[in-house]
Amino acid sequence: MTGPLSMLNPGWLMIAVGLVALFLPMRRVRQGLTIATPIIAIILLALADQNVNHLGVQALGIDFIFYRVDGLSFIFGLAFLLAALLNAIYAWHTDDRLQDGMAMAYAGAAVAATFSGDMMSLFVFWELTAITSVFLILRAGTRAAYFASMRYLAIQILSGVLLLAGIAYVYHSRGDLSVQAFTSLKEPGAILVFIALGIKAAFPFLHNWLQDSYPKATVVGAVVLSAFTTKLAVYAFARMFPGHDALIWIGAVMTVFPVFFAVIENDLRKVLAYSLNNQVGFMICAIGLGATGVGNALALNGASAHAFCHIIYKGLLFMSMGAVMYRTGTTKASELGGLYKSMPWTTVFCIIGAMSISAFPLFSGFAAKSLTMSAVGHEGYTIVWLMLLFASAGVLEHSGIKIPYFAFFGHDSGKRVKEAPFNMLLAMGLAAFICVAVGIPAIVPGLGYEWLYNLLPYREEAMAYNPFTLDHVLTQMQLLVLAIFAFVMLKRLGWYPPEKPGVVLDTDWVYRKAGYGLFTWAGTIWQKAGPAMTSVFFKLTGRAYDRIEDTFSPRGELARGGLGSAMAIWTAILLGLVLLLAFITSS
Amino acid sequence: MMDILLNAAPRWALLHAPVLLVMMPLFLAPVLALVPNGRIAWLVSIFATAASLFFALILLGQVQASPVGVVSYDIGNWPMPIGIVFRVDALNAMILLLVSAVGVLATIFSWPTVVAEINKQKHALFYSAFLVCFAGLCGVAITGDAFNLFVFLEISSISTYVLVALGAGRDRRALPAAFNYLIMGTIGASFYIIGVGFLYAATGTLNIADIASQLPSLAGNRSVEAGFAFIVIGLGLKAAMWPLHSWLPNAYSYSPSFVTMFLSATATKVALYALIRFLFTVFRPEFAFEQASFTFILMPLGLAAMISCSFQAVFQTDVRRTLAYSSVAQVGYMILGVSIGSIAGLSAGLFHLLNHAMIKGALFMAVGGVVLTYQGTTIRDFAGLGRSAPWTMTGFAIAALSLIGVPLTAGFQSKLQLGYALFEQGMWWAVALVVFSSFLAVIYMGRILEAIFFQAPINPRKFRKEAPILILVPLWVLALANIYFGINTEFPLGLARDAAAAAFGLEAFR
Repeated sequence: MTGPLSMLNPGWLMIAVGLVALFLPMRRVRQGLTIATPIIAIILLALADQNVNHLGVQALGIDFIFYRVDGLSFIFGLAFLLAALLNAIYAWHTDDRLQDGMAMAYAGAAVAATFSGDMMSLFVFWELTAITSVFLILRAGTRAAYFASMRYLAIQILSGVLLLAGIAYVYHSRGDLSVQAFTSLKEPGAILVFIALGIKAAFPFLHNWLQDSYPKATVVGAVVLSAFTTKLAVYAFARMFPGHDALIWIGAVMTVFPVFFAVIENDLRKVLAYSLNNQVGFMICAIGLGATGVGNALALNGASAHAFCHIIYKGLLFMSMGAVMYRTGTTKASELGGLYKSMPWTTVFCIIGAMSISAFPLFSGFAAKSLTMSAVGHEGYTIVWLMLLFASAGVLEHSGIKIPYFAFFGHDSGKRVKEAPFNMLLAMGLAAFICVAVGIPAIVPGLGYEWLYNLLPYREEAMAYNPFTLDHVLTQMQLLVLAIFAFVMLKRLGWYPPEKPGVVLDTDWVYRKAGYGLFTWAGTIWQKAGPAMTSVFFKLTGRAYDRIEDTFSPRGELARGGLGSAMAIWTAILLGLVLLLAFITSS
Repeated sequence: MMDILLNAAPRWALLHAPVLLVMMPLFLAPVLALVPNGRIAWLVSIFATAASLFFALILLGQVQASPVGVVSYDIGNWPMPIGIVFRVDALNAMILLLVSAVGVLATIFSWPTVVAEINKQKHALFYSAFLVCFAGLCGVAITGDAFNLFVFLEISSISTYVLVALGAGRDRRALPAAFNYLIMGTIGASFYIIGVGFLYAATGTLNIADIASQLPSLAGNRSVEAGFAFIVIGLGLKAAMWPLHSWLPNAYSYSPSFVTMFLSATATKVALYALIRFLFTVFRPEFAFEQASFTFILMPLGLAAMISCSFQAVFQTDVRRTLAYSSVAQVGYMILGVSIGSIAGLSAGLFHLLNHAMIKGALFMAVGGVVLTYQGTTIRDFAGLGRSAPWTMTGFAIAALSLIGVPLTAGFQSKLQLGYALFEQGMWWAVALVVFSSFLAVIYMGRILEAIFFQAPINPRKFRKEAPILILVPLWVLALANIYFGINTEFPLGLARDAAAAAFGLEAFR
């Protein structure tokens, strides 16, 4: 395709539309735009030539590459665009200019970042995702949401600042800024970029912003947020750090530790936030396997496919919880239950999402996760493999069973509400359709899972891979059946953590409570000591000022004395000094 | 652009540019003394300075085109060591361009202020004295002969004393200021000529290039060292090197607006040029006694000027005095750049010299406009003028920001270059002092800007009145130059770098 449209980064189009939507009072026109734009963007993307720099500018000594598509960015960009479309449909029942505009701009920023070919424009859109997304949390309007959004913004901006510092270093040492893989983690620039990406990907101990903010966002906001920020970081890792061993272990830890929090957490949206963390762990782990041997293609394919499917099914789960929240006003497990009677469609869609995330065969998660698991098995990382296995069981436990069970079944809460609005059901239905469509075997060649595999960065390797082999299906079914069995057993025996309201302490307690306490303490001390220090300070500066004025002012020392005489003496003194110096140095 | 000029200029202009540049104003000066009408004298002065600018541009083009980077002109066809020679290289081509360009702008600017401040019978005489002064400054910059330099220095100085004293029409304190300037200037000139005498005793020649070629063989000669000391102090005094500056604030505060404006942009700069010529072309930084006086005399004095005079500027109540003290502080920057002793340092100093001429020229033009329309020079008199005379005061504000060193202005660029040169030598502490001095500049210019733009007029009868167009045009030319050269430094920085290279006797490194 040629012409000016082919040079247009679809993300830019979306950002522009988002900005327009921000000021567009006509509700239906605005929402029509937000639905039409992702569709147009998908068409633009599908028509774009790959591995070509579509739009670049040379300025300030940097080669800016604004739009470049290749296999890796294509699949991520497509997933982002699909998510943006579903989100727009899901938001149809609301009338909120700020939310519509910011959601669109946020999605656009993520897409634009994905297709950026240089680190400087990546950085710009990286920051833009932070700034636009914070409104989705803020819009919830609660006090908790306000503080959470400020913490969120601070951490996101920190990530951006670190990225910028890293970019500066890279530019200094490398001399160009094209996005390319780092060969070693030793240089400071690589470390800075690594940490910056790590914050966005919610690495262990850098993850708290995610669980802190997502559950506090608006109904639509949480759905939108779940799709972009972390997956953009995953994309950036796949681009810049494939095959770094550190990622394998970080990813493995990431998959395991949220399981414990998720199992005992009461707020179902927070459970989803923890499971988001765990899912990203799978992808990070796969990227870490990236560059060694055969694993390379398999693992990167796994990460990409997983990200694609994950965006859809995690969106679906957040949508179903959003629908519950919209109708009942809460997502606390202790206050829900028995909703399957009043919200049957939502229940079905939620179960499809749950089965996808748990990687049941015939659902999208299976097609994606098999790639990663095979890659890990291939490479012989037994411990990692076991950790991922445990995490898979955990996923089933907290996302696959806990979410639908406590929301729609379990003990009856007595709530009788209406079914979710049609637009929500439509969005969920579409998402569920994608989950199933890319999960089923390729009965018609080119459809089913093969459709997804066809889009992966390493296409040949992906097409050669068959997830529906006996051992894959068998291993997965064993795992799932046993996990379900364990859930049933624990539930029967009453050992499963009951749905109780409460606060789960995570590591963010350290800075939110202890750190805050330290600051208040320091503030009190400062208040006490402050006035005393201020008076001392003013006395000292006042004295210094008097001294300076005495010397320099028109009535001061320097201006005193006869006009000529002082200077004549100075002239003589200086002459003497220069003469003396000349004699000393040359003798 | 230079090519077009060189091709279009007539042959006699190309051939005799060096001598015409000086002689045109020098010979027109006595003619002016006989002209009865001040306006004609003014027009003739514009013509004379513009002609000098034309010749300065030709010289710059010839120097840049010349393979050796030097244009020589033997006066009366006497060969070099015997006769007087005018010798132009990149260093003095730059100074000549500066002096003549400022001269043209200043002369255009001068007419309304001269009408207001000078007795009507003296207009023609005033312009006559100005042309003598202008010719003297050009002569100092162009000559290749040490004694001839003294002569031109005295020509410019004596006419300057007259010009300063003519400020008595507005303020009687101009008379003691002029007298004081006369005494100090004479001391400086005497020191210089004593120094030249010592050098003549040691080398037997007065030609600058000739002296320079003989000095290396005279290492350890006491009279050379004594000559060095006298010349540095004498020219330092003329360049208002701290603490030999005390003639300057009074001379600048009480002389006519036009004289202040012209002198602030040229007189100290030309003296500084002569100092640089002796420090780098005649003597060399490799000489041990020069290196020592860089380290132990010039650099401390430059730094002291930056800090001390900035402090003094902070406490002034008169705008012209504030600017005068600020000028001494700015000379401190240039001396600091020179005393680094490297090419980068010297080019930073020269670059600041160019930029400071544009800055102070614009500032004093705006002040001249205010003196003309509102009859006051204290900071209180400036209160509320931002509303009464927005164009004049915006020009002032641009130059003030440039003086402070706000990015996108010329002043910022020269401080940047100075910072680079200092960092190159690892003198980060000096950079810190430069920054501190800039901070003081924020205070002393800030006080004035605050009064102009944020205070109510003290005299409510002040109506809206701009400076006349003859003042506004050159003022805005300089103000816009400050912004243009703050963004695109190629031209002035190229001049300064070539000049520094020429001072070191190197091929221009372009």
